[in-house]
Parts: sequence; C-alpha cells; structure tokens
Amino acid sequence: MRKATAAAIGFLSIAAAAAASAELPAGAASCSGCHPSSARVSSPVPRLTGMDRAAIVKAMQDFRSGQRAGTVMDRIAKGFTDEEVQAIAAWFATQK
Amino acid sequence: MNATRRDFLKIGLGASIALVPLPAFAQGSGPRAVVVGGGFAGATCARALRHADPRIVVTLVEANPTFTACPFSNAVITGLRELSAQQFTYERVAADGVTVVRGTATAVDPQGRTVTLADGTRLAYDRLVLGPGIDIRWAALPGYDEPAAAQMPHAWQAGEQTLLLRRQLEAMDDGGLVVISSPANPFRCPPGPYERASLIAHYLKTKKPKSKLIVLDAKDAFSKQRLFQAAWAELYPGLLEWVPLSKGGAVTSVEPATRTLVTDFGRHKANVANVIPPQKAGRIADAAGVADRTGWCPIDPVTFESKLQPRIHVIGDAAIAGAMPKSAFAANSQAKTCAAAVAQLLTGGTPSPPKLINTCYSLVAPDYGISVAGVYQPSANGQLADVPGAGGVSPQDAPRATRAAEAVLAEAWFRTITAEVFG
Repeated sequence: MRKATAAAIGFLSIAAAAAASAELPAGAASCSGCHPSSARVSSPVPRLTGMDRAAIVKAMQDFRSGQRAGTVMDRIAKGFTDEEVQAIAAWFATQK
Repeated sequence: MNATRRDFLKIGLGASIALVPLPAFAQGSGPRAVVVGGGFAGATCARALRHADPRIVVTLVEANPTFTACPFSNAVITGLRELSAQQFTYERVAADGVTVVRGTATAVDPQGRTVTLADGTRLAYDRLVLGPGIDIRWAALPGYDEPAAAQMPHAWQAGEQTLLLRRQLEAMDDGGLVVISSPANPFRCPPGPYERASLIAHYLKTKKPKSKLIVLDAKDAFSKQRLFQAAWAELYPGLLEWVPLSKGGAVTSVEPATRTLVTDFGRHKANVANVIPPQKAGRIADAAGVADRTGWCPIDPVTFESKLQPRIHVIGDAAIAGAMPKSAFAANSQAKTCAAAVAQLLTGGTPSPPKLINTCYSLVAPDYGISVAGVYQPSANGQLADVPGAGGVSPQDAPRATRAAEAVLAEAWFRTITAEVFG
C-alpha cells in the first residue's frame, strides 16, 4: 500500500512537473523587470529570451558563488536554489 | 459550461493546459477579469492576464488617458529630464486585447461581483484586481489639505505636482532654504525622499550654491541610509542637513501661507517646501472593503487575494506585501505573479507558491547610482518575507565607476520596465 502511494506520488510529481513547464516557474516573472523582453529596448542588461539554458545556469551559479562580479545579480542569485535556477533557465531557453 | 466528470477524464493527463475545462461562466464568454488602475501594477497585470490565457476577458479601468511615472520624476523636478519622458499611453495595452475603459471606479459590490464607475457604468467580474496606488491622507498632517499642496507641493503623485515643485525651485533665489518633510513608514518609494534630497542638493550645488536643504524626517532610519549619508558627506557637505525623529525631525503641522513647517523643536520657514505627506491605499480600496484600519490592504502572499474580501486581489503600493517595498519594480513583479494566480483560479487550476524580486535604484547625483535588491517568498505566517541570505544594498566601499554603472543601469531599468508595461 505504502509502495503504491509512493508510486502514485511519484507519478503525480512527474505530471505536475510536465504541467508546470508550460507556466512560469517561481521567480521567472520578475526577471523581465530588468532583462528586456523586447529586442527593441536598448540596455546593457542581456535579454534572457531564447538564451542558452546552460549559460543562464552558469551565470547564476557564478553570481551566487561570487566568482562573477555583479551589481545586483550577486545579491539576487543568492535567493534561488539550484532547482529554481534550472527551471527558470529551461523556461527562458524555450521562449521566443 | 458544465464539464462532467467523464468529459474531464476523457481529456486526461495528456491534454495541454489550454484544454482544461473552464469552471462555469456566462455562456459564450470566457472568465471576466476587471483590473482597476493603469499604473505599473494594473497595466502589467491586465496584459499578463491576456498572455497567461487569452480566453480571459480583461477590462482595465483607468481615469487618465496618459500615465505619468513616478520613478525618475525626481530628475524632472531638478531639471535633468522632461516630464514627457515619464508619460505613457495605453494603445499597446489595448492591442493585447485588453478593453481599456476610461473612468473612475467609485464602488465595488463584492457579493454581486460588480464594479461601478463614476458615470454609472457597471462592470461584472469573476475576479477583480485592484492596483489603485496611493492616496494622500489629507489633514493627517495638520494644515496639509488639498489647497496646501498648491503652496507646498508633495510631488508624490507625478504630473502637475512634479512641475510645480520644479517651478518653485527654479524661481527661488540663490541663498534660499528648501525643506523636505519625509513621513513615517509605510509610504510609496522608501528611498524616494532621499533620492529627491540628493538631486535637489545637486541642483542647488550647481545652480544656487549659497542655498541650503533641510530634510525633516519622522523616522530615525531609512532605506539605503549609509550609502546616502556617505554620498552626501562626499558630494554635498554643508548643503544638505538631515534631521531625524530623535533630533526633532518630525513635522507636526504646516502653515501653507508662509511655507512654514512646525516641529516640536522649532519652526522652519522655507522658500520651497516639499511636504511628502502620510499616505494610504488609493480610495477604491476603501470603497471595496479591502483596506484595513492602517489604510492599506492585507493580502494572501501566493495569490494577492484580499484577506478581507473574496475574489478581489490587491497589488502594488496599496497592498501590505510584507518585506516587499512599495516600488514600481515590486508592483510589476506582483502584478505578473498575481496574473498567473488569477489565470489559474479562473480556469480551475491551483496557483503555485511564487518567488518575487525587487530592485530599486536611486540617483544620488546624475552619474552616481545606488541600489537595493531583495528576493521574497511566502512565509509560514502568511506574509511575503525576505529569502534569507539574499538581497541587500550596493557595497559601501564601491569605486565611483560602480556608482556610474548603477546610474546607467537605473536608466536602463526604467526603459525596460516601461517598455514591458506600456510598450
């Protein structure tokens, strides 16, 4: 019984993850406050839309560890877990 | 519509989100969201609702044909920028399929789920989002009523007040006294009074160097305080004096006819007086029954639904958002989070716990920027709380190149966020 429940929960979490990929992962909605959604906006801050997933993950890890200097991203990156960063990066990588 | 259990099962797990059956709504139309207030909160939310699910019928109610943004309005006051650079219209919002209704919402019936406008129009909703910004608490500071604002501008809602304060500064003789009164917490834009003091000090230093600026404060501490004070000591020594609460800074009354600000310790007769008064949520919040005794609106940190009225959500400056400040960035961030939650609720889904960010830049001089950032999540006690270990202010000991870079980033931020909301 316990095994069956565990299996069901496992299945549900996969289903939830699949469903969640279509919606904005936690935190992702805030990024476009500084990172332009539109290519027409002139800014030294890079667009995340369509950016390589691994590049976003690496940047966030480096900002968090202090390997890469930031003005605000060093402070913001510390607020996100590896899982959250992965989800945000995956989401932006698929956006056009 | 009536989705039977069998219909639901037939759709099954293979279906995409877009095919999840909608709960019951009026026949032939999608779920209705009404958004009141077309600022950083409301305009963002209206568009984000359309992007989240185009089946949602979105109406945005806004009294003005043009929005005038507060961030960077301190640069307008001090002649560094024109007001037109602060102004935006709603064409692009409407182009996203939002019905923009020009009018003033005056009443809400939470049971009947309708909003009434000043001209009698009644709008029905399934979910209502209020982004009403702030209202001034007239006469909360004795002597400071609406006519007083024509003598001692607040310039805390951008527009004519911004230009009035600018004209007064321009008309002042060199050697004059400028006084800013800063209120107790909470209020719109916590670092705003100190950015304003900085840029007015810059204006005086460059244009009217014999003048003086006093900031009378109802607080002993403020946002980015150490950074501001270090910059003031470096850039504006002897010109800018900050008087905290504990040194008699709290203004207890004002006398507009003589531009006098009264404290328990004395009277300050100013040539230019900028009174940043006590504030509350925009008045529709009170009419809707979503403001509590503080004048602000308690909300659920996942959905931004009012804790006082069902199916009414409050975002931006009007909301009690825990650790999140009342800033344009926060309003925009909350609006997108709220839109995702409302879209879920309107289509039978369950909102997930969000994470939100705030970033606020302040200019201490045109080429000297500082920032504060934070990351927030719902806490166990139902508030939006700081994520431990994240956020904070610019480094205290950064070189001038970093300050210059943050001034450039501040302007880039303004272009980016206004393009997202109105462009």
